[in-house]
This record gives sequence, C-alpha cells and structure tokens, in this order.
Amino acid sequence: MPTTTTDIFTEKIERDLAIEPRDPMPEEYRRHLMRQISQHAHSEVIGMQPEGNWITRAPSLRAKMILLAKIQDEGGHGLYLYSAAETLGISREEMIEQLQTGKARYSSVFNYPALTWADIGAIGWLVDGAAIVNQVMLQRTSYGPYARAMVRICKEESFHQRQGYEIMAKMAAGTPEQHEMAQDALNRWWAPALMMFGPSDAESLHSKAAFQWKIKRESNDALRQKFIDKTVQQTEVIGLKVPDPNLRFNAETGHYETSPLNWDEFHRVINGDGPCNRQRLEHHRKFHEEGRWVREACQC
Amino acid sequence: MDTQLDLWEVFVQSKPGQSYKHAGSVHASDKQMALQNARDVYTRRGEASGLWVVRAADIAASSLSDHDMLFDPANDKIYRHPTFYQVPAGAKNI
Repeated sequence: MPTTTTDIFTEKIERDLAIEPRDPMPEEYRRHLMRQISQHAHSEVIGMQPEGNWITRAPSLRAKMILLAKIQDEGGHGLYLYSAAETLGISREEMIEQLQTGKARYSSVFNYPALTWADIGAIGWLVDGAAIVNQVMLQRTSYGPYARAMVRICKEESFHQRQGYEIMAKMAAGTPEQHEMAQDALNRWWAPALMMFGPSDAESLHSKAAFQWKIKRESNDALRQKFIDKTVQQTEVIGLKVPDPNLRFNAETGHYETSPLNWDEFHRVINGDGPCNRQRLEHHRKFHEEGRWVREACQC
Repeated sequence: MDTQLDLWEVFVQSKPGQSYKHAGSVHASDKQMALQNARDVYTRRGEASGLWVVRAADIAASSLSDHDMLFDPANDKIYRHPTFYQVPAGAKNI
C-alpha cells in the first residue's frame, strides 16, 4: 500500500489513472500544469486576434458567419482551459496578469499577421491542424480536467480545420491571382505552423518531467512528423506546393523529410520580437481595461 | 411538516479521468452525510472512482418552458459541424 503523498501520486501515474484536482500531487506537477494549461488558454484567446481582424472584411455573408462561429469557439476553448487551470488553485486574475506582464507566454504562431483572406484559410488548415495533432495526444494527458477539456476541444476543432482547408481549396482553384494568394499564405504559415510543436525534445526545457508525469505522451518531433505526413498530401490534392525545396518522401521510413527549422527565429518571436507581439498584448490590455466596469459591476 | 432532510444531487465518476455524470439524488443533513448516503445508494457495486454531491437548492437549471428560446441560437448554425464543408476529392486525414 502506498503511504506517502508521492507514493500515491506515482502509483496512479504508473497505472495510467488520471489525477483529479483533490488528489495528492507534487508541487512541481501542479506548477508545470498551471503553466502549460494557462499558456494553452492564452493561446486560444490571443489566437482570436489575427482572425478577428478579418470579420468585417470576409468576402461573403457565409464566410463571415463561419468565421464568427470559429472565433467564438476559440473564446470558448480559452474558457474551458482557464477553468481547468483554476482547479489547480490559480485564479483567472493571476493568469491574465501573467499574460499581460509577459511572465506567461502564448503560442508563438499568433505573433504573425493575417495579411490576406487566404491567411484565414491557412490558419484554419495549418495552425488549427497542428493544434489538433497536439491536442489529440493531450486527450490522454494525466490530469483529468485538462484531458476532459481536450476531448471537448478536439470535437470542435475539426470544423475549424475543414473551413480553413475549404478556403484554401477554393482559392487554389480560383483565378491565377487567388491561387497565388493561397500559395503565398501557405509559404508564410508553413514554418510557423511546424514550429508550434516546439523545439526538438532534446533541447526542450520541460519535456523530461512532462513525459515522466504522462502530461505528455509523444515527443515534439514525433508530433511534428505526424502533422507533416498528413499535410503534404492535403497540399498536393488542392494543387499547392509545400514551400520546402528539400521536401522528399523517404520510402524506407515511410515519412517525409524536411529542411531544418529556423529556431533562432522561433526564440526571437516567442521572446517578444515577432511581427505582432506588441500589438497582440496591447490589444488584450486595452479590451481588458475597457471591460473593467463589467467585472466591477458583477461584484456589486 | 417536512420531515425530510435536504435534497442533494449525486454525480458519479465511473473511471478515473472520466467526466462526473449525474446518477440521482439523496437526502442528507450535511456534506458528509450526503457523501455517505450517495456511496451507499449509488456505488454499491464498485461503480465509482469518484463522487460529487451538490445541494439541489444550489443548482441553477434551465427550465423546460424556456427551452426553445434558450437553445435556439444553436439550431440554425449547421456550419459549426465539420460535415458542412466540402473536402476536395482525395484529401485524406482531414
């Protein structure tokens, strides 16, 4: 019989049993999850900005309704995740403050701008597509509330990816200018989407503990490869080209090989020096501040 | 005179990691008694890895008469379903 707190926790993890909020857990496990879940939540919320930018300029009423529904979902995903993080004993205010002071991060991919309508296609198809690969794994993560939030989110993401892919397919099959826009969006979003999985686990700071605790069950590189293998075929079907001269299929491994990614750029962008970092946080602060009276009214 | 104790709703988690699902209710005077009664009434055959009890009076619920109005916004938005979208012939894993 396990006796100490650590024993109970370790035994549950070993037996693949989910950890629930009131179960004993090591302080480092709790802190790791607080960081990961809150940053996941921030990504959902900040991720609304590049897309929200296109609501008023959507090319048809159909496209506009779809985009609104998608962005509404992202807000919802942020809420599921903030709630899951709160079960660990951190408040919403603390998390927002960590985001706004730069102590907590969000996915580096959202620091790139959505320049044309084709970017909305590329974001749904590639950014949501990469997120799905990661989130499918997280449905089996060891912390119960996080895993359950992931199940809900994955169900909803499928629409997000398909609406993006539909936009890309339509534009790729449109006029030469539209085709060019689709290819250009793919060119710009390809590498940032691949970098969403994070650096190779060898240099990833938090990976080792995350594996031990079964927060994470597949390596960053393995997840990235999964995404590449799926996406290359989807690219070819709609007549676009993967923007990588070194892309080749290795018949022996059954996987695609790609050029190394520019991790200097990744670190630069995630540390604050991407094309839109300042704008994203300023926007968040502005609306958070403008909503202050609502929060205060709620407490009366 | 009401001789019954307060009503509590019982939520059972059947396996670690799964959502807590409503199982039924019990009467009890406090949290501890509610948990014990819930255990005795709803988990006699090893059905549970976790139990939640919530005082019924503390639950806010939607009412049947508001049903149409409350859930209406979801009915006409078929584009929230992935099957709404045309996937080009031959595209896989999407």
